[in-house]
Amino acid sequence: MTSISVINYGVGNLHSIKKGLEKAGSEVKILNNVNEIKKSDAIVLPGVGAFAEAKKNLHSLQETIIQEAKNGKPLLGICLGLQLFFTRSFEGRLTDGLNILQGDIVKLPTTVKLPQIGWNTIEIQRPSLILDGVSDNNYMYFVHSYYAKPDTAKDIVATTEYGVTFPSIFEKDNITATQFHPEKSGKTGLIILKNYVNTIRK
Amino acid sequence: MLAKRIIPCLDVREGRVVKGVQFVNLKDEGDPAELAQAYGREGADEVVFLDITASHEKRKILLDTVRRTAETLFIPFTVGGGILSIDDIRDVLDSGADKVSINTAAVKEPNLIKKSADAFGSQCIVVAIDAKRVYKINEGKTIVETSEGLCWWEVYLEGGRVPTGIDAIEWAKRVEELEGGEILLTSMDCDGTQSGYDISLTREISESTNIPIIASGGAGKPEHIVQVFIEGKADAALAASIFHRGTHPISEVKSYITKKGIPVRL
Repeated sequence: MTSISVINYGVGNLHSIKKGLEKAGSEVKILNNVNEIKKSDAIVLPGVGAFAEAKKNLHSLQETIIQEAKNGKPLLGICLGLQLFFTRSFEGRLTDGLNILQGDIVKLPTTVKLPQIGWNTIEIQRPSLILDGVSDNNYMYFVHSYYAKPDTAKDIVATTEYGVTFPSIFEKDNITATQFHPEKSGKTGLIILKNYVNTIRK
Repeated sequence: MLAKRIIPCLDVREGRVVKGVQFVNLKDEGDPAELAQAYGREGADEVVFLDITASHEKRKILLDTVRRTAETLFIPFTVGGGILSIDDIRDVLDSGADKVSINTAAVKEPNLIKKSADAFGSQCIVVAIDAKRVYKINEGKTIVETSEGLCWWEVYLEGGRVPTGIDAIEWAKRVEELEGGEILLTSMDCDGTQSGYDISLTREISESTNIPIIASGGAGKPEHIVQVFIEGKADAALAASIFHRGTHPISEVKSYITKKGIPVRL
């Protein structure tokens, strides 16, 4: 069975992501231990809350995550996890991210209510294994005030509109990231998690 | 496009749902976890649990309920009632809730909003405001012309028992400044009447702030929900009895709303 580490760095609710990945047929451990994380087949970086605070909490694990990403291990970032993959964030004071993906994290326009909280649609930009059984305009659950502005558009799998069109799914080699919460996106979200688990090769 | 949300609310006491809920095919119709799941299947966008039991021992029962719910529910859920401190918030979130709703404690110590937003993120801090109309032209209050006359809205605490003299519109603005993530706005005039939401109140608060507003109190039929979205400019509509009685299942309400041109997740 595929083993997945969900990284626990003190940022909220990990119950649903654990259950969602288990439902998808993987063995899930919630971890903050470097050696254990290295042993798993894939790593999930979850997260809600503030970027700088999360980055600080992640400190002792960040080299491991960067190294594992370079080694080709499948990595999934969710919400703030996605944002942490990027080069830097403008949330609060300018803070460096993990730079696994290149680009900036910037604020959604204030012409719309912030945070964006709720169900929004994804527009699929290119086919992906993780979207098997998911259609254009399916609803996902979003909670965020910032979004990723990548240096290159080629890793964007889907986009979403909220005051601005922003990338809601990224895929680059072994790196996958969603701005929405698949573990909170009902049936469709569970399909995405299942597809993701299926893409992880033992 | 961001959809308007439909949120059923369950009143929970000592781990049981207290208001009668009519659902077919439920093994245990008093179990909040099972009911939340049933609502999820029906198309609820989120679920809110309100627990008014505040005593220490009984909080443990609530946390257990939250834990069991989180294991089977794959849509967001909020827990409110009796949350007084950062520790209470942490307990509920650690047990698996996505958001907490705070009310009395936020008014008594507004900085709790800021502190908890800093600690857990704004997105999980819902500030509940219970507001009641006052048909007097009091100085310093935001007076609004409604079809029933000039009034302002007063914030009430302790589940609607204690008036505060605080102007609800001013308080809502303050909640935004303190980085509350959402406002759960209940009209005490309309709550329980099933004759519609307080549209003026909802619109005033929605237009005075730039954070999502969940309208509550008064839903009796699908038209009321359409009205609070279009005229009240609410971002989400919370209701209890309309869904519990089973006369207007969520799926039916949603398809009605869609026909009126409002984006909802189907």
